[in-house]
Amino acid sequence: MTAVIRSVTNASPVNQAISVQGLHKFYGSFEVLKGINFDAAEGEVISILGASGSGKSTFLRCLNLLEMPSAGHLRIFGEQVNLKPGEVNLRIGDRKQIDRLRTQVAMVFQNFCLWSHMTILQNLIEAPVHVQRRNKAEVREEAEAMLERVGLQDRANYYPAQLSGGQQQRAAIARALVMKPRVLLFDEPTSALDPELVGEVLKVMRDLAAEGRTMLIVTHEMAFARDVSSRILFLEKGQVGAEGSPSELFGGGVSERFDQFVSRFNEG
Amino acid sequence: MIDWSFLIEVLQKLLAGLPLTLQLTGFSLLIGFILAVIVAAAAASRIRVFRWVANCHVELFRGTPLLVQIFLIYYGLGQIPELRQSFLWPFLREPYWCAVLALALNTSAYTAEIIRGAVQAVPAGEIEAARACGMSGFLLRRRIIWPIALRQGLPVYGSEIILMIKGTSLASIITLNEVTGIAYKLISSTYRIFEVFIVTGALYLLVTALTGLAISLIERRLNVHHAYRRT
Repeated sequence: MTAVIRSVTNASPVNQAISVQGLHKFYGSFEVLKGINFDAAEGEVISILGASGSGKSTFLRCLNLLEMPSAGHLRIFGEQVNLKPGEVNLRIGDRKQIDRLRTQVAMVFQNFCLWSHMTILQNLIEAPVHVQRRNKAEVREEAEAMLERVGLQDRANYYPAQLSGGQQQRAAIARALVMKPRVLLFDEPTSALDPELVGEVLKVMRDLAAEGRTMLIVTHEMAFARDVSSRILFLEKGQVGAEGSPSELFGGGVSERFDQFVSRFNEG
Repeated sequence: MIDWSFLIEVLQKLLAGLPLTLQLTGFSLLIGFILAVIVAAAAASRIRVFRWVANCHVELFRGTPLLVQIFLIYYGLGQIPELRQSFLWPFLREPYWCAVLALALNTSAYTAEIIRGAVQAVPAGEIEAARACGMSGFLLRRRIIWPIALRQGLPVYGSEIILMIKGTSLASIITLNEVTGIAYKLISSTYRIFEVFIVTGALYLLVTALTGLAISLIERRLNVHHAYRRT
């Protein structure tokens, strides 16, 4: 309840989902992120593009604090995330706040990372029941409905190792959705998949985007980024290299660097 | 010819020592496991002194023979006058508790290593996924880390249990009448070394085989996902 009240009272008029200011991240003496400012409004689908090493995954992982930033401010639905100064990186100021916000900002990983000791259905109901403390029977029903949505209703009692990569990733997306998050983070969700399995995962993501869900996607799928996103964030060497709608950016001429990146991609 | 009636007689006498063998195993495994959890936690601690103490514990009890440990505890501790005065003496003067203590300390060193390895082998991605779902602290350990570690560590721990069952035979040296202790006595009264030890060996084999079976049944129950692993 407090979460709802706070986010209502603090919310800025544009329904800001995530806001980042002056985000820096160091690995040792290497600066991966060099002061990024970024806002995502509710309902936006933002693709984060960039060459490998540009800091795009690190950036995404800073948004739910799987990676601790070295400096900067983070607001999630208007709520300032409590960060304390540390030696190199900031430190978590309020564990409970982070745990609560993480159920609101769900993440889908490159390697699926389903819990190997649980069935698919158990994977789905784990966080809603044990973190969000929702009623198990209700969650179970929702989980089953969610599995049906991603086409895995007949795999509920299978273990992750028994599924293909594409099925595992769809299950991982379902696991994120059952928490009823307000934002979905995707960290290269199709990069670990065999080419013939990429389509089934992208289809699920397209459907989610069409529903008006707020999504931030680190991806190498150029066609997907162009067709599905409402905005592109192009990172280059830890900075925002270009930002804009897909039609602007892919039309060319906005950013020389971005054009180079895309043409290199099309060659490769 | 095989003297079946003698073998059966030996078996009956040895069976009288089986409860003690199992008791020694059970107690020392229980105490050893609790100790091992503490040692493994200390080994993973951020505090350097804890890590150092834990490493010393493991090195010391893994690096010296169990028999020497039993001797040191049974004969050695009694040499310390302060200990003889203390409340521990009623326990430490009993060979039974000395054997339990030695076995427990010994297994705690190995078990601590098994626990450390099993926890380290939990895939980082699965822990990260749990964190990303809002899990932390005890919940994260109870629901994700420990269950996965249990599945990683159980096969190795099964071997440790079997080693302990066999290890209790050393307690016979300090006068305990467990299976091997009884076998010794039978030999000194019958001089039929070969037959007595054959039956003794067979009895241990039966117990360890049953234990192995029990472990693999538990593994099977817990490891369904590995049993059907696709390649």
